[in-house]
Amino acid sequence: MESDRSHRASRRRFLGGVGAAVALLGSGRRAGAATPDPAITELPDWTRYLGEGVASRPYGRPSEFEAHVVRRNVAWLTASPESSVNFTPLHDLDGTITPNGLCFERHHSGVAEVDPAKHRLMVHGLVERPRVFTVADLKRFPGRANRVYFMECAANSGMEWRGAQLNGCQFTHGMVHNVMYTGVPLKAVLEACGLGPNASWLLAEGADAAAMTRSVPLAKALDDCLLAWAMNGEALRPEQGYPLRLVVPGWEGNMWIKWLRRIEVGDRPWHHREETAKYTDLMADGRARRFTFIMDAKSVVTNPSPQAPLVHKGTNLLSGLAWSGRGRVKRVDVTLDGGRNWRHARLDGPVLPLSLTRFYFPFNWNGRELLIQSRVIDETGYVQPTKQALRQVRGTSSIYHNNGIQTWHVHAGGETENVEIS
Amino acid sequence: MSRFLSLAPALLVLVGVLALALPALGQTRGLGRPALPEEIKAWDIDLRPDGHGVPPGQGSVKEGEAIFLKQCAACHGEFGEGAGRWPVVAGRESLVNENPEKTVGSYWPHVTTVFDYVRRTMPFGNAQSLTDGEVYALTAFLLHMNDLVKEDFVLASDTIAAVALPNAGGFYDDDRETTEKHFWGTEPCMKNCKAEVTILNRARALDVTPDDKGAPKVE
Ligand code: HEC
Repeated sequence: MESDRSHRASRRRFLGGVGAAVALLGSGRRAGAATPDPAITELPDWTRYLGEGVASRPYGRPSEFEAHVVRRNVAWLTASPESSVNFTPLHDLDGTITPNGLCFERHHSGVAEVDPAKHRLMVHGLVERPRVFTVADLKRFPGRANRVYFMECAANSGMEWRGAQLNGCQFTHGMVHNVMYTGVPLKAVLEACGLGPNASWLLAEGADAAAMTRSVPLAKALDDCLLAWAMNGEALRPEQGYPLRLVVPGWEGNMWIKWLRRIEVGDRPWHHREETAKYTDLMADGRARRFTFIMDAKSVVTNPSPQAPLVHKGTNLLSGLAWSGRGRVKRVDVTLDGGRNWRHARLDGPVLPLSLTRFYFPFNWNGRELLIQSRVIDETGYVQPTKQALRQVRGTSSIYHNNGIQTWHVHAGGETENVEIS
Repeated sequence: MSRFLSLAPALLVLVGVLALALPALGQTRGLGRPALPEEIKAWDIDLRPDGHGVPPGQGSVKEGEAIFLKQCAACHGEFGEGAGRWPVVAGRESLVNENPEKTVGSYWPHVTTVFDYVRRTMPFGNAQSLTDGEVYALTAFLLHMNDLVKEDFVLASDTIAAVALPNAGGFYDDDRETTEKHFWGTEPCMKNCKAEVTILNRARALDVTPDDKGAPKVE
């Protein structure tokens, strides 16, 4: 009986794999089939036999047919996987919330596996009462907050400054995710320690082997920063800073210190490595912008895209994501003809400030080549620039903050690639 | 007076109810516990360019070279040139080159930042294992590899904040809201926006996309 079941399961897996491959080749079953569909005329195993019982997956996991929906990395980008990055599979996701296990990772010294019982947060420096908190202490603060925010690495799309490079929105745009954080406003914790009169910046530090540090202006800390212990309702994942992460809404991901253990309050910034040697934007004249914290408005079409080509002629639904570090998405425009003509896309789902926003655009595909772009306008009136317009101001050495308009070239066969157009 | 007396119990009750419902600052003050001076000392390892946090000590280029060859060169190369894909830590290339190499010599603005960084996270895989003297020596040697100091140089707590790096003046604060003002407020064209469109470049011409068969090597 036991071996029978596992035989059926592996046969199911095998058939599922073949089915997925055929669909990708574009010969999916069409309306008006001449022969009856065995998916209808034959009784599948899952309709005849009992499925697994409730105890089989105490922590649920996706269907085995979704095994391709994973974070991926680009091995040659970095010397070691501990100082590296992987990417959210945006083309395989919908809605606006990123599942916890698919949120991209960027570490400078690997994932710290922190025992929460031994984790402390120290607040000191220009405060009246330097204090030590456990995560349990933070959970006793009355002002607990739940907020949905996008988090984007400043280097997202950084490979694309000199031209189209990577074939897939997972790789060009996948250093972004969007979850609901639960935590306590940093303001409440700072107030509990009593801010000194000259306090104007703070240094946040992680407990990992990078002891990652960033300087954060006090005004931002008092405005909307959170000390978060949960994402999407459950404890932070280790790779997202378990048990405690700093949330810096709308600002570059590197500042969202993971495994947060220390906050020092000061009267000026620290000019540490990640805000001088890194995360500064080198301009064409050889000088560099620093403290470019805000993530400019950006959008990308996730479907179709190189990893999710078009497979059906006729009615299709284009889908994508838009966001802005300055507030809400006001509008998204889409073009299918390389920017000659644009139409408004439909925003769907919650349109929250500093959060990923989903957009859709239905279109009819007759098998002709398409040059697809999206362009977001945020509530401050910022219009997502073309890559050329960005380069005119910033040159090509900036690495960070590339929010230029992305182009996908859909070929006659549906195959889709990353291009740049005039 | 008598009115005050008769009001007092009512006020007390009211205050009591409020305190149950809305803990004031007085109550969040009780959360956590005071940080002891020894605890702050144990964790407070950061330096700032103005000299804040600079620990006592010193180290020479010569001492630094010996430590570097033993603990750092395997990744960063004997001359800081970077072994394989590991980071380059020496070089004075111009920053207006195509693909400029950003090093302590070419890009970093402050020596305190080098000290702070090496002390908190290097050597990679054995962080916070160096003494302050060793970090002074390594910082001195990094300066030497970048042709910034002679080989008899000694870096010390009383001189570190005064050592100027070549690119100290190379940074300016975020100015996007002025230099990129034109990205705001223009109603974009929606119809017949351009006559023709040409493809300028494609990822396929430079297809470095990873696939399951293994990524191409770019060294
Ligand atoms: C096992 C390899 C390895 C060893 C050994 C090592 N490093 Fe590093 N080093 C790295 C990596 C990886 C980074 C970048 C880490 C990151 O992602 O932020 C780095 C970064 C640096 C940087 C910053 C480079 C820049 O421009 O941003 C300096 C300076 C440095 N290391 C100095 C040292 C010193 C000094 C030692 C010896 C005490 C040392 N390293 C040992 C791997 C190594």
